[in-house]
Amino acid sequence: MTKLDHLRNRDAVLRMSETEAEERAAVVDPDDERMIINMGPQHPSTHGVLRVTMELQGETVLRSKPVIGYLHTGMEKTAEDLTYLQGPTNVTRMDYAAPLFTELTFSLAVESLLEVEIPDRATWIRMLMCELNRMSSHLLFLATNGMDLGAVGMMIYGWREREEVLRFFEKVTGLRMNHNYIRPGGVAADLPDGWREDIRSILHVLPERLEQFDVLMTGQPIWRERTQGIGVITTEEALALGATGPILRSTGYAWDLRRSMPYLAYDQVEFDIVVGTYGDTFDRYAIRLNEIRESMRIVEQCIELMPDGPYRTEDRKVTPPPRARIDESMEALIHHFKIFTEGFKVPPGETYTAVESPRGELGCYLVSDGGPKPQRMHIRAPSFVNLQTLPHMMHGGLLADAIAVISSIDPIMGEVDR
Amino acid sequence: MTGDPLYLDGVDLTDLGIMLIKVLVAFTFLLVATMFMVWFERKLISDMQNRIGPNVAGPWGLLQTFADGVKFFFKEDLRPENADPLVFRLAPYISAVTAFLSFAVVPIGGSFGGGDSGTVTIFGRETFLQVADPPVGILLLLAMSSIAVYGVMLAGWASGSKYPLIGSVRASAQAISYEAALGMATVVVVVLAGTLSTHGIVAAQSGGITRWFLISSGIVPFLVFLIAATAELNRPPFDLVEAEQELVGGFHTEYSSIRFALFFLAEFMNVITMSAIMVTLFFGGPAGPILFGMTWFWPTVWFLLKVLAFLFVFVWFRATLPRLRYDQLMHLGWKLLIPLILFWLMFISLKELRAAYDWNWLVTYGAAIVALAVGTALLLAALRAGDRVYQEELEDA
Repeated sequence: MTKLDHLRNRDAVLRMSETEAEERAAVVDPDDERMIINMGPQHPSTHGVLRVTMELQGETVLRSKPVIGYLHTGMEKTAEDLTYLQGPTNVTRMDYAAPLFTELTFSLAVESLLEVEIPDRATWIRMLMCELNRMSSHLLFLATNGMDLGAVGMMIYGWREREEVLRFFEKVTGLRMNHNYIRPGGVAADLPDGWREDIRSILHVLPERLEQFDVLMTGQPIWRERTQGIGVITTEEALALGATGPILRSTGYAWDLRRSMPYLAYDQVEFDIVVGTYGDTFDRYAIRLNEIRESMRIVEQCIELMPDGPYRTEDRKVTPPPRARIDESMEALIHHFKIFTEGFKVPPGETYTAVESPRGELGCYLVSDGGPKPQRMHIRAPSFVNLQTLPHMMHGGLLADAIAVISSIDPIMGEVDR
Repeated sequence: MTGDPLYLDGVDLTDLGIMLIKVLVAFTFLLVATMFMVWFERKLISDMQNRIGPNVAGPWGLLQTFADGVKFFFKEDLRPENADPLVFRLAPYISAVTAFLSFAVVPIGGSFGGGDSGTVTIFGRETFLQVADPPVGILLLLAMSSIAVYGVMLAGWASGSKYPLIGSVRASAQAISYEAALGMATVVVVVLAGTLSTHGIVAAQSGGITRWFLISSGIVPFLVFLIAATAELNRPPFDLVEAEQELVGGFHTEYSSIRFALFFLAEFMNVITMSAIMVTLFFGGPAGPILFGMTWFWPTVWFLLKVLAFLFVFVWFRATLPRLRYDQLMHLGWKLLIPLILFWLMFISLKELRAAYDWNWLVTYGAAIVALAVGTALLLAALRAGDRVYQEELEDA
């Protein structure tokens, strides 16, 4: 065995140092020009703490292996110690670029076990906020994707636009991220006064800015050279690996849970599913760019169609009563006390609900034993599954392509490692 | 042109003094200019990206570079265990010294129009406004830019680390590819000017904008030179050697403290020098209208303004363009720039020869077109053969 055989052994790559591999190597092959290189967990382009071990020949990537777990904080286990009401606080920290979606899928799962109906307005507020979040998440992608390919200007432009959305989020939820806004039974608070004007002003600036992005990147010869035909994946491969979201759609397979298995009120709004053709990095970029435009369409319809009514369910076993009622009603006081100490109880059973997050199918598997805390909570994280396509897409490309591929998967490590 | 008139009648103490002053001024100018270049770049990029940029150290953040330099000075100087101690220490100096040396041959002032030969009078002595005017000034420039690559290459190789190694391999390949295009674009200018001396080249461009080699060489050599120079400087979009997103800084990943600062200094100094060279070769050097009195003053102002315009262009590139990939860089260099500038060189040379020997224009240009056709055919055949071999290799792998 040569040094390299040792190094790329399944367990060895993780633990063995190069010197150790050299000592163990029985054969010395002077013509072996391959090299094992570690990218991450401290690397500017691995989107946090992703680590990829790569076998290079020159600059060509022969094999690669994503190594994850550097951001593991045991969130799924933590969820077993939190009440259902505290749950969103926990899951919102997983995908920190699109926190509302994890809150949404968790809340939908809890509601399906509880079998409560949530008011229309809550549904539409959820949809509005999620689409805005999809926009901010994709804008972040555009920023990092530009940066990873060397267009540093793009980084700031993407963040600038995202900031507009985050400012609105701060106004509605009180926080720019980790909102804990969507909760079982509805949303935490009603939309503030003047929310329509705020959103309209965002919708007013964004189309023009997106066209600027088109000039800066989409039509850029260097940009196209760098992204077209890079990291190609076919529909069969993507399906076999379980990839969803823009990666699956880039192959031409129109799978979007908003359309395929409508949740919330997505069957009442008009929007298009953006699909690609070649399954390459450029398609994934273009899909996200155009999904921002589709999300804007949905948001516009949300503004038009937003119904009146309560923003959370009136079922007092699930949502706390208004503060004023506690002073006058004994029953309200008891409900309030029960919800914030023991938490509400959920009938035994298990459920799986999935939503279309900006990264793909984001599912929540929930098992209840009838108590106030989940017995088991599992999040099907799209970043985690999509990351498995990495070695496949990197194979045979150059080192610079590897960066483009990682970037085009758009993994959020908080969600991958949970 | 017989070189600097300062040394024509022997060298005495005054001449030596003038020489020393010129060296000091050039050195200080370059250092200070580099300091402000860093500030200029950061501020300008900030403006382009809707940011504020440095604004704390000094008025408008002008002293930011100085503050950074002082900070670097007090940082710990780390050396990786696997690094080659001698080469690791030597490399930054190679970069910095060559950056200084190439500036020595750039004429930064002097009026060249109407009878003036570009001299100024200091202490009653006539002299050129450049540190040195060797008869082979252009060769010196090319040599220095080649040696500067050694700094980068050795730094990456001696670091004993993988990312810098890849960076240094990229550096050597990139330098070899683009040096050729850069050199040939320069040769076009040399053919037109008929001299290798930088002073002579500037003098040959005196007498109005139409005489600038930018126009009389037909713009193409300038464009090739600009692209090749950007690659030679490792500036975006050709900064593959550093490629922060891929190689975490490339050749200087393992450097810290003042050694890193030296690389940084050399890089920005090279940007200034390269801009100055472009101005010298294609934009008439210090040429420009003398507005009122002070014939020695205005040329320098024009020279600095032209250099500033190029600095702006380099920053602009950096703010806008994505980085090319390694193989795309090679394609651009070998398959586009080098053939293009080769043909251009042939045409320019033929034009000059025809004018000098009064050849029949039909025969001359007919031969040129035939050569062009044959060359293109050969090149295309070679490219196709190359692609085929590459495909075969890819299938084997």
